[in-house]
Amino acid sequence: MSRASITKAHNKIQELSWEPTFVEPVDKYPTDYTFERAPKKDPLKQVLRSYFPMEEEKDNRVFGAMDGAIRGNMFRQVQQRWMEWQKLFLSIIPFPEISAARAMPLAINAVPNPEVHNGLAIQMIDEVRHSTIQMNLKRLYMNHYIDPAGFDISERAFSNCYAGTIGRQFGEGFITGDAITAADIYLTIVAETAFTNTLFVAMPGEAAANGDYLLPTVFHSVQSDESRHISNGYSIILMALADERNRQLLERDLRYAWWNNHAVVDAAIGTFIEYGTKDRRKDRESYAEAWRRWIYDDYYRSYLVPLEKYGLVVPHDLVEEAWNRIWNRGYVHEVAQFFATGWPVNYWRIDAMDDDDFEWFEYKYPGWYDRYGQWWERYAELGMRNGHGPITFEDVNYQYPHRCWTCMVPCLIREDMVVDEVDGQVRTYCSETCHWTDAVAFRPEYEGRATPAMGQLTGKREWETLYHGRDLAEIIEDLGYVRDDGRTLVPQPHLDLDPKRMWTLDDARGYTLQSPNILLNEMTPEERERHVAAYTAGGPAGRFAPEEATT
Amino acid sequence: MAEQTIPDEPESSQRSVPRPVFTDAEAGAKEFPSSRSRHYNYFTPRKRRASVYEDVTVDVQPDPARHLTQGWIYGFADGTVGYPQEWTALQSSNWHEFLDPNEEWEQTIYRNNADTVRSIQRTIADAKASDAFDNWNRTWARVVERHVSAWAHAEHGLGMHVYLPAQRDAPTNMINNAMAVAAAHKLRFAQDLILYNLELTDELDDFDGAMHREAWQHDPIWRPTRENVERLTGVRDWGEAFFAAAVVFEPLVGELFRSGFVMQAAALHGDYVTPIIVSSGESDTARDLRGARALFGMLARDLEHGDHNREVMQGWLAEWIPVSLDAGKQLQPIWSQVAEKVVRYDAAAERSRQRLADLLGDLTLELPSEVSA
Ligand SMILES: [Fe+2]
Ligand SMILES: [Fe+2]
Repeated sequence: MSRASITKAHNKIQELSWEPTFVEPVDKYPTDYTFERAPKKDPLKQVLRSYFPMEEEKDNRVFGAMDGAIRGNMFRQVQQRWMEWQKLFLSIIPFPEISAARAMPLAINAVPNPEVHNGLAIQMIDEVRHSTIQMNLKRLYMNHYIDPAGFDISERAFSNCYAGTIGRQFGEGFITGDAITAADIYLTIVAETAFTNTLFVAMPGEAAANGDYLLPTVFHSVQSDESRHISNGYSIILMALADERNRQLLERDLRYAWWNNHAVVDAAIGTFIEYGTKDRRKDRESYAEAWRRWIYDDYYRSYLVPLEKYGLVVPHDLVEEAWNRIWNRGYVHEVAQFFATGWPVNYWRIDAMDDDDFEWFEYKYPGWYDRYGQWWERYAELGMRNGHGPITFEDVNYQYPHRCWTCMVPCLIREDMVVDEVDGQVRTYCSETCHWTDAVAFRPEYEGRATPAMGQLTGKREWETLYHGRDLAEIIEDLGYVRDDGRTLVPQPHLDLDPKRMWTLDDARGYTLQSPNILLNEMTPEERERHVAAYTAGGPAGRFAPEEATT
Repeated sequence: MAEQTIPDEPESSQRSVPRPVFTDAEAGAKEFPSSRSRHYNYFTPRKRRASVYEDVTVDVQPDPARHLTQGWIYGFADGTVGYPQEWTALQSSNWHEFLDPNEEWEQTIYRNNADTVRSIQRTIADAKASDAFDNWNRTWARVVERHVSAWAHAEHGLGMHVYLPAQRDAPTNMINNAMAVAAAHKLRFAQDLILYNLELTDELDDFDGAMHREAWQHDPIWRPTRENVERLTGVRDWGEAFFAAAVVFEPLVGELFRSGFVMQAAALHGDYVTPIIVSSGESDTARDLRGARALFGMLARDLEHGDHNREVMQGWLAEWIPVSLDAGKQLQPIWSQVAEKVVRYDAAAERSRQRLADLLGDLTLELPSEVSA
């Protein structure tokens, strides 16, 4: 269709909506935002009769590529290190996608603009597409990759693993709570506009470098729908900004959403790209470099900052602090080390970093070896199945971390940990902002203003609480991360598929897991103070504070 | 840690490319525990092997009643979390039992809808090329302009404000995806109708492209239908909204008008284009009704909650049947606005009541007296 006829068709379909006279509009999903005086802002023009054939064609290309990959024996060239992390990534991502579909009525209900409604309705269909096409990609991996264990339990594992829960925020955050906080600020303004760049653009590049060209095909196809979603979100935020009463909420929500997305997405995708790759060419972009380009320059400087002139308060300090965590504080390295520490309760295999990896890390992140190198050498030694326990329980000068109550990533940058009693419980937070999110933002009152529609942080947020005092082997069985011989573990600390070298339930027996949060709450105030002082004096790389390390 | 600067790219002017490496990471390359475990094993498929639809749909939306151990991690202000079962009065001993009989996932969604829009556009193009619209008589053109086009609003309202929110509200991914697909059908059909109206505005000399709004908003013929649709958009219980739309409104109003009038009358007036468009909507509605039949049938037969559910649905029938019967009745004058009065309203109404009766029979529900009379 020509542009003129699309415009004409687009204008015509606006005639479909009308103002109801028999019922008052029902507030199905509450919001504290107001849009009464909102000027209309049109998103990208799209009509379903051109949308469906366009998407069908994109699909045909994807399915063609899938057939081609199988016929071309793609898996003979795929790196296991990369594919293992896909067991985690592809267990998480279909849920955020489908949640984005579910979020659309929240925004439609809140925003009185039929043109935006049409854009959001199409986004709903896109998101059903994304979720199911990703599940189908994972199914192909399960069928054709050498080790299907972990893919075969995918959605169950997503539902009971600590890592799945971290990822689940990036999904539940779209569909629950204040409708605009969730469906516009968290989902579209931050998750889609900022972070899908690293998810759907940077990650496929890394996949290709590891012999997997299907992930790029699927995710570029997914990404090509994203500009429409971004334009939906942009229309809504401009409408929100037009009403001054919304500005305080926008400032709050942007701070929360930015920081949570950073904490969650950078933890996961940063790890996949830096630690899930065998591509150690020096000129390949590190995650930090990709972040600087896609998120700092493209999103922050070119998208967010220009919104200041419409009255948006941009969280400059938090953008800089996120960068500081990634670049100076080793955020991604700390997270990857934690994932590897917890390998027995994962549902994918993690191999040790080797000399090629060390060289690359040192080149990209000078000083890396001094912090993390030795620990990874120990990881390689302790990955061998020869009588000792998993590294989690061995003496490698790694203090098992407290978990952040808000973002649920552990408090890995030790000196930043905040401890506070909130809702009658002593909680730990990875950062000031995560503390603020729980203690201040997600509350029915904000800076003296009633926010009756604001959501709550709920659930059993510290995963370890579920298994406090239980034996590791029992926990793994309970999680279902056991292979079909009934004893070999799904997770392994190496990539060797020789059954004799693979860890079993017997190797995991006799180690007791403890919940740092339960222990913290059991302490006397004095004990707690000492403990927290020592904890925050620890690190990097999980090291005990010097005096603690020697005792 | 000290501030660092990003290292510069190495001097070479060309970026290197990764080299392919033989890894032999192909299925079957080695035997080891689980090396043959090649199906999603966290749910029981309906048949011996899971369909692609089941694989890409089941358990994507987690549930504390199944594998979710840490619970929902966000709540609404009132404390409800995730996908609360309390958002409908219906109850189930296992909501996950419902599978979409149409097995919709992304490939079917795009294939079916793309086929539909292509066939509609081909038909319209052919009609234009063969001057088929010239054969229309004036009274039929008035009917299309005023009534067929007004119907687009009903589809749009239900798609955007009933089915689309319902796909947030139901407790499983399988129900919600079926709702999302039904919403897409309705929205597409509404657009098909209104863009057809646009074509006719260009093709026919005195076709008033704005008349449908006047009819939908002010014509007493349409007022009860509009009221029915608007009231459905205001229902908070997704089960009730879906039930009253799919089980009650569709047979008594939708099918009555589409099949009982448009499909019958158009050909008699030399119009073969309108039936092509309307029949696509009709067949999508039938498709979506298969889902409704499966869901409400499952709930009516539920060993634990069947009695409760039948009572709830019976209450909805008592509330919504009069509304939709009235809406259908008020459409009656349309049948006499055409030149060829071969189609009788009474016959159409009788057929649509019969359809409702059959449907309720399948759902083991009782037909309220106002319908059987
Ligand atoms: Fe998406
Ligand atoms: Fe945090």
